[in-house]
Amino acid sequence: MAIPSINLPPLSAARPEEILRPPKPWFVLLTLLAALLLNLLPWSGVWLALKPDFLALVLLYWCIQQPRLVGVGTAWSCGLLMDVGQGALFGQHALAYALLGFAAEYFHRRVLRFPLWQQAAHVAALLVCCMLLVLLVRVAGGAAPAEWSNFLGAISGALLWPLTSIVLQWPQRPPPSPGER
Amino acid sequence: MPALSYDPQPFFKRGPTPLARFIFFSLLSLAMLFADGRYGYLENVRLGVAVVLGPFQRAAMLPGQAWDVMAAYFASQTRLSEENQQLRQQLLTQGAVVQSAQSLLQENLRLRGLLQAHVRAAGNDIMAEVLYLGRDPFSQKVYVNKGSANEVKAGQAVIDDAGVVGQVTRVFPAVSEVTLLTEKDHTIPVKVERNGVRTLLVGAGTGHAPELRFMSANADIKSGDVLVTSGLDGTYPPGLAVAVVAAVERDSGLMFARITCRPLAGVDRSDQVLIVAAPQAGLPPRPEEVADRELPKRPGKGRRGR
Repeated sequence: MAIPSINLPPLSAARPEEILRPPKPWFVLLTLLAALLLNLLPWSGVWLALKPDFLALVLLYWCIQQPRLVGVGTAWSCGLLMDVGQGALFGQHALAYALLGFAAEYFHRRVLRFPLWQQAAHVAALLVCCMLLVLLVRVAGGAAPAEWSNFLGAISGALLWPLTSIVLQWPQRPPPSPGER
Repeated sequence: MPALSYDPQPFFKRGPTPLARFIFFSLLSLAMLFADGRYGYLENVRLGVAVVLGPFQRAAMLPGQAWDVMAAYFASQTRLSEENQQLRQQLLTQGAVVQSAQSLLQENLRLRGLLQAHVRAAGNDIMAEVLYLGRDPFSQKVYVNKGSANEVKAGQAVIDDAGVVGQVTRVFPAVSEVTLLTEKDHTIPVKVERNGVRTLLVGAGTGHAPELRFMSANADIKSGDVLVTSGLDGTYPPGLAVAVVAAVERDSGLMFARITCRPLAGVDRSDQVLIVAAPQAGLPPRPEEVADRELPKRPGKGRRGR
């Protein structure tokens, strides 16, 4: 009997031509819940400014990777949860995440062709758009305009993108065939 | 020559296109933003989602709480004994104050009885602990561990040992949201303790000191003046310390003085707070609003005294 650890795929980015197995719906749900939990952790001070929006990141990953499973609707519902979690006006994160879901669905064929760090650049742009939208709604609602430090979260989110996609696609990768070694 | 289309014809039925779904959901969000922001229709929906989200929020608190327990366990003996010493001294000095306060309270009660004035109901104050800060870097909110189960009501004032911290703005079953007095446009009616001048203390948002708006340039306010709640709104009980005037700038070119204040309470530091019972119970109802044309013009939202 073979030791199971031999058949595990390597912990690195999947090559573009590699065919991933479809993820289990419960795995998608679990990762989304974990990201929500990370967002709800009591961050404060510098860490709050640096905190990437984990939920947006994981949503983006699934919207790009599995647009037929996770789309605009799921993203919108996650946004509602964030609105309640943050005590913000109802609908501002929902609106931003819906934009994220739409953009991801629009770009998903192209983005996956790029190496991870170029994907991260796309992600940074999307996250900044998402933040700008939230900011716009806030300012329209009478809040003080933000400082540039509020956009650090988008940068740190983009930096986390390679790690996020490696971790999230790892369970979907087929074990390497013996001939490949 | 027709251009090559990169989008393949849909082979399977996939429902509406992403664009259609995006437009639908963004219109829905905008409608919700208006319903919530303008009219406050969606509080029940929020309550429902909050109940679902509650276990996650509590789970997210666990690592921090575990860390606190560990830190408390390993806190050094000397620090504890130092703190003990300090607390003893405080107790001694405050004991005297409490005793005189008792006699003053009695006297006050008698005098108020004579005047048939409204007496603030004592004993309905609720001790609460700050669970976490709002996760939103843009707004000044904290969450405390008492909610509608403990009969907290929206609108109650929240104080700590030094003064007013803010006001309860939303109540969930087990937690409530407190908007701090530093929140942008959060207003508290105050008066200057020294001479009784009434004014409004308005929060200016994250990182800015709250200020007194619409004070004429010759108003009798000096830096160092203590501001206490005036109790005129029926929300904050009168006489709670709020802030101390930090700086007064008088510019002859402006109509109003620019007065910045420093909150007395540990607005962003205090862990234990007291939710104070609203003094509204005994107040007579407000008189009917007079028609607008009979009222003198008040400064509108667009005119800021800067």
